[in-house]
Amino acid sequence: MKKVINMRQMQDDQEGIIRKISASGQMGKRIREMGLVPDTPIQIRGRAPLKDPVAVKVRDFVLTLRNDEASHIMVEVDMPER
Amino acid sequence: MTLSGSITIALTGNPNSGKTTVFNAMTGARQHIANYPGVTVEKKSGKIIHKGHEVNVVDLPGTYSLTAYSVEEIVARDFLINERPDVVVDIVDGSNLDRNLYLAVQIRELGIPLVVALNMMDVAESRGTAVDCKRLSELLEVPVVPMVARSKVGIQELLDKVIELAQTRPGWKPATISYGSDIDISLDKIAALIEQSEVYDRKYPARWRALKCLEGDNQMISLLKRDPVIGLRIEEICKVTTRHIIDTLGDEPEAIITDYRYGYIAAVTRNTVKRRIESRLDLSDKIDKVLTNRFFGPIIMMGIFYAIYAFTFWASEEPMNWLETFFSYTKDMVNSFMPEGVLQSLIVSGIIDGLGGVLGFVPLIMCMFFAIAILEDSGYMARMAYMLDRVMRWFGLHGNSVMAMIVSGGISGGCAVPGVLATRTLMDPKERIATLLVVPFMNCGAKLPVFAMLIAAFFSNNQTRVMFLLTILAWAFALLSAKLLRSTVLRGPKTPFVMELPPYRLPTLQGLLIHTWERTAQYVKKAGTVILGFSILLWAAMTFPGLPQEKEDFFKRARSDRINVFLKEEGVDAYLKDEDSLKRLEVLISEIKASKFGQGDPLLPLAMAVLRITGGSNPERDIGPQLEGIATGFLRLRIDLKSIEAEKRQNALGHTVAGRLGRLLEHITKPLGFDYRVNISLIGGFAAKEVILSTLGTAYSLSDSEQELEYSLQERLRNDPGWNPLKAITLIVFVMLYVPCMATLMSIRKETSWMWVGFSLVFNLTVAYLVAMICSQAGRILGLGV
Repeated sequence: MKKVINMRQMQDDQEGIIRKISASGQMGKRIREMGLVPDTPIQIRGRAPLKDPVAVKVRDFVLTLRNDEASHIMVEVDMPER
Repeated sequence: MTLSGSITIALTGNPNSGKTTVFNAMTGARQHIANYPGVTVEKKSGKIIHKGHEVNVVDLPGTYSLTAYSVEEIVARDFLINERPDVVVDIVDGSNLDRNLYLAVQIRELGIPLVVALNMMDVAESRGTAVDCKRLSELLEVPVVPMVARSKVGIQELLDKVIELAQTRPGWKPATISYGSDIDISLDKIAALIEQSEVYDRKYPARWRALKCLEGDNQMISLLKRDPVIGLRIEEICKVTTRHIIDTLGDEPEAIITDYRYGYIAAVTRNTVKRRIESRLDLSDKIDKVLTNRFFGPIIMMGIFYAIYAFTFWASEEPMNWLETFFSYTKDMVNSFMPEGVLQSLIVSGIIDGLGGVLGFVPLIMCMFFAIAILEDSGYMARMAYMLDRVMRWFGLHGNSVMAMIVSGGISGGCAVPGVLATRTLMDPKERIATLLVVPFMNCGAKLPVFAMLIAAFFSNNQTRVMFLLTILAWAFALLSAKLLRSTVLRGPKTPFVMELPPYRLPTLQGLLIHTWERTAQYVKKAGTVILGFSILLWAAMTFPGLPQEKEDFFKRARSDRINVFLKEEGVDAYLKDEDSLKRLEVLISEIKASKFGQGDPLLPLAMAVLRITGGSNPERDIGPQLEGIATGFLRLRIDLKSIEAEKRQNALGHTVAGRLGRLLEHITKPLGFDYRVNISLIGGFAAKEVILSTLGTAYSLSDSEQELEYSLQERLRNDPGWNPLKAITLIVFVMLYVPCMATLMSIRKETSWMWVGFSLVFNLTVAYLVAMICSQAGRILGLGV
């Protein structure tokens, strides 16, 4: 089952496809410029020891984002059937 | 071969694309570093000759984009537009093509002649990525040169291509990318208006300028105001378009433009890049599983912090000793070859000590920069920032601030000079300034002897515990001050922490050495001259005005009176007639001391010298009670003369500008319990914290050599009724927090501006004063240490 969730809610190693970025201004610009645009596949690589920031594999590199920033990114993921 | 005019090329590229490696491979050691006017971004350039052509290479700051959000981007963009280099070389990481092409596409839109250097092709290949360079070149309409800059593959071919392109004298040919019909129509309208205007300069291609207006680029929009009529019409179009785009697509034009650019890149790479589909983790990912592990990550990081600290101070110890030996040797030489007096004092205490103050730090700085270069070039620095971000963010600092704080003395005994210079790794100016303003609070190596002396004098039972407490206190003050600064003078929006974790790479020795060398050389050049000047100034303040004549005479008389008392002692007068014969005795003693007899009993040379002047030759027979009398009398004379001399120096110091200032400051420092003697030594500590102890010694008229000074000061203060543990703690806290030393201030100047140097002085003094005041008053109220 496909479901669109917030990047912040994603589990480690979970994969997904970006659907929408709701951040604007400098933050939105930075996020997009680094290649986080709609239809881009991503994978969560892990989180820092205090669970923030989060490391994301996007295209051919790894990017870190704070949770505050990750909450602006909506990602379509596969949800296991209950 | 003839030189056919010089060509200027600019290197651009994403951070971590290997741009610096390409620049180093092209220019080697022939680099020139300066700062761009008004900003702390480094401008590196180098001149090379390639096949008879003079090529001027400028290394622009690494950027992901050409917007106006960061200083680096503005600097890079302004350089391209204003300096108009003949050719731009965009260094593109071939193993990470999509994101790297984002910058290349923007340069194509600007239209400046471009060569794409497809770097790290070896990494791309090992990841199973194959790039069709010919097809890529056709689609982007620019030459593409594959290369591996690390092993210097492709550098010559790149230069060939650059010169080939430059010789055709190509004009600017902006590429046109479609952003969907709505935006495209508006772009055409705006571009047409821009072409109409008489006021706008032709430096920027009209469509590019239109694009920037729609993107909401502040720099470009403010330029619109130059032509009020057309400017207003353009702004109106932007407003309408923005509203329309938000209504229909639910996003700002800025976002849509970025999405379309990535769409264009996707179309390009679909046709040129073949990826072998695989999902295995590469080496970098595997290393990260350990190094950023929730449990092991922080432990390893602490270990690395400690290792850097240990390495920096271990590796620089020997060279620092050499320098110290060299400077003290030079001082001895000057002392023995020059007559005593003001000139000698100026050269020894002003100039040589000043030079020592500059150059003495060099080994330390080099070692620290070397260690930092390893962290940066290997990619670990980004991981540190990643792991520490959550903690440091709370204080308004960056993960990398920790590095600077540790080097400055986060583990007791660092140095704030390399610490301030280490803040260079911080990108956000406010975070950087906040960090470099608080690192002088850390307990650097020069403050430690002062602490050690006071602790030994007043807290001899808990030395280790008090020392540890002081380390914790320093961290607390630094972090809390950072929080204070970041919520007042340095308040600013939280910068987004969108940061790349670059793949781990083995640093190249050439890269490390060049990094280390250029940063060290900059320190010596910039900080050196000013520190020397200040050192001389401070020397003058602690030397002039000298004692008035009657005081000089007073001490002279005291001295000769004491000598006369000795010369008239029974038995002495037969052998020692006047001061000259005393001098001969001293010379004799030091001669014997230097001979084989100087090794054993320290009194033996004295005894032998006395024996010789009395004409005796047989110690068995000739040393009688009479000779013993001369010897002990002489020893007593020596001690008394020393204390007269010490008293004279104390008086002289009190009479100088610094001394008077110290007394004047008593009005302010009284609540802290500091008298003029403490004040003078604190003034001296402004030159270097090492000076505090020796000045305090002079102010308390102690005459011992440096080795014994710490001990005798301890004794003196412990038995002084004016001193108690509370006063000691107050002084410790004050020394910990008050003004940074000159070398640190000059490093702050180098990294920021005089304004921040002034701020640092005032801020640190205020914090120190308030904290010391609270400490002393609270202690008094609680009845401690009285």
